[in-house]
Amino acid sequence: MSMILTPDQQAILDGQKGETLAKVMKTLVMFGEAFGAEKMVAVTSQYNHLVTSFGLKALTPVYELMEKLIAEGVKSGQKFSADPRPIDPNVPSNILQNFIFKKFMYSKQDYYENQLEKLGLMDKDAFTCTCYMSEVGNKPKEGDILSWSESSAVVYANSVLGARCNRNSGIMDIMGSIVGYVPYFGLLTDEGRKATWIVRVNTSQKPEAQLLGSAIGMKVMEDVPYVFGLDQWLGDTLDEKACTYLKDFGAATASNGAVGLYHIANLTPEAKKHGEALIAEGAKEYIIDDAELERVKASYPVVWKDKNAKPKLCFMGCPHMSLEQLKSWTDRVEQALRESGAQRVSIPTVFTAAPGVLKEFEKTSYAKRLKDTGVITSYICPLMYMNNPLCAKMPVITSSNKLRTYTTAKYYTDDEILKEITKGGAK
Amino acid sequence: MKVFKGRTVTPGTITAKALVSHGGLNTLASFQKALQFGDKKATCGDQNNPDLYGKQMAGAALCLPQTIGSTTGGLVLYCACAMKRQPACMLFANHIDSLAASGAVLAEVWLDDITMPVVDCLGDEFLNYVKDGMTITIKDDGTVEVD
Repeated sequence: MSMILTPDQQAILDGQKGETLAKVMKTLVMFGEAFGAEKMVAVTSQYNHLVTSFGLKALTPVYELMEKLIAEGVKSGQKFSADPRPIDPNVPSNILQNFIFKKFMYSKQDYYENQLEKLGLMDKDAFTCTCYMSEVGNKPKEGDILSWSESSAVVYANSVLGARCNRNSGIMDIMGSIVGYVPYFGLLTDEGRKATWIVRVNTSQKPEAQLLGSAIGMKVMEDVPYVFGLDQWLGDTLDEKACTYLKDFGAATASNGAVGLYHIANLTPEAKKHGEALIAEGAKEYIIDDAELERVKASYPVVWKDKNAKPKLCFMGCPHMSLEQLKSWTDRVEQALRESGAQRVSIPTVFTAAPGVLKEFEKTSYAKRLKDTGVITSYICPLMYMNNPLCAKMPVITSSNKLRTYTTAKYYTDDEILKEITKGGAK
Repeated sequence: MKVFKGRTVTPGTITAKALVSHGGLNTLASFQKALQFGDKKATCGDQNNPDLYGKQMAGAALCLPQTIGSTTGGLVLYCACAMKRQPACMLFANHIDSLAASGAVLAEVWLDDITMPVVDCLGDEFLNYVKDGMTITIKDDGTVEVD
């Protein structure tokens, strides 16, 4: 192996701290060498975040590997949060769907959560894809080195918080925490954080976050874009509204492509600090106008059997909604219902958010108001719900381009969703 | 026969029939159904990938630009290997991405009786040339013969 290791790292690799830790280190070294990494660097964040939160029977080999780590007395050097739980009785599902969920799909949920607790789960409610929300408490500092996975969290941590993290896979994430080091390459380096795409947003109005993110993700794939023109709508301060927009925008860039970092001119920390010096020589250019967004939206395949079916379920919150979103959507749903002369939403509608965010929301007057509209709140991962083949057959709508990409859910813009769920509601 | 030279990520020598994806392979969407419901052929379940959807991935020489999508990608690939439903080899036109590399390395280090040779940096010409069903032989040094 050609990577230069410190004496401590070399000792781990040589097996002086046990055979299992040596294999963990070997995994990280081989992973780094595939990208030309010349060294390992210390993980500096307080907490880790893992993508694997679900006890999916199909992933039995993962749990066997975890068991091996636990049996050897290995622990994560950091506590960690994990992606959302897959099942919530609040979310509508029929007997057959529940049978598939419990007997075939997530039959190992309790077993796996027990493993997570042994390895270092932050707390029993630390299940969300938006671990960086203040209400959750896993928010890294600028410059922190992370060993996170979950593409939407990684792109947010890199872009909005200015932390440094590669797009790690599940399992690789916890291995970085176990030995305390990650290979130094890609988005950990100054060079790897330079933009190789210039994106100019020339739309006539503020673009839908998840549609814009989708367009950019599909164009630049895993490259780093530097986006001009968004600050005219988002301003130059990372306030709650801007952060919420960038959360959804980033999730779409990461899932419709493989973006791990973006810079927004005059807004995100590195763009503010370094400006256009972040743009690499020879960067390609992508101009986005109204017609381009329309073209991208029209390109999404509709995989429903009956393409004109009446939607049976609506999911909002992939990634999980912020407190600000829950409040603003309460206002929007109420107003739209008033305008349509209805009292409750006409389609079963689920808003998903982190358990910590939902707890805070419950303390506000908005919670009862939202409940009165018929909207259900949940901590679930909509993606894991839709992975049930019986759920996948249902006509489900969403404004999440991530959910659309991974499942049979059909994409609607926020305005279209609002219209669809409030028209002709229960009088 | 045409010969391409790439970079060996995980070594091995193997001959298999090509299965070609011109778009990025979404690992989770492609493998999940097969792993979930015991499909030993690992039939591709990604409806957004017209090149692969409905085709058998297990035992194929999977030719692709890169993988995309969820960061579960690496562990999904690792599970496919552990359950012996992996491609015979993976041949990347581009530099391998972090998720595919994770899957390949995890299988190499943690599974004793599994080989899935991986070669990357084969170039666009490779992906333009290779077609489904062609016979592919790869060697330890990253040489890929397409017949």
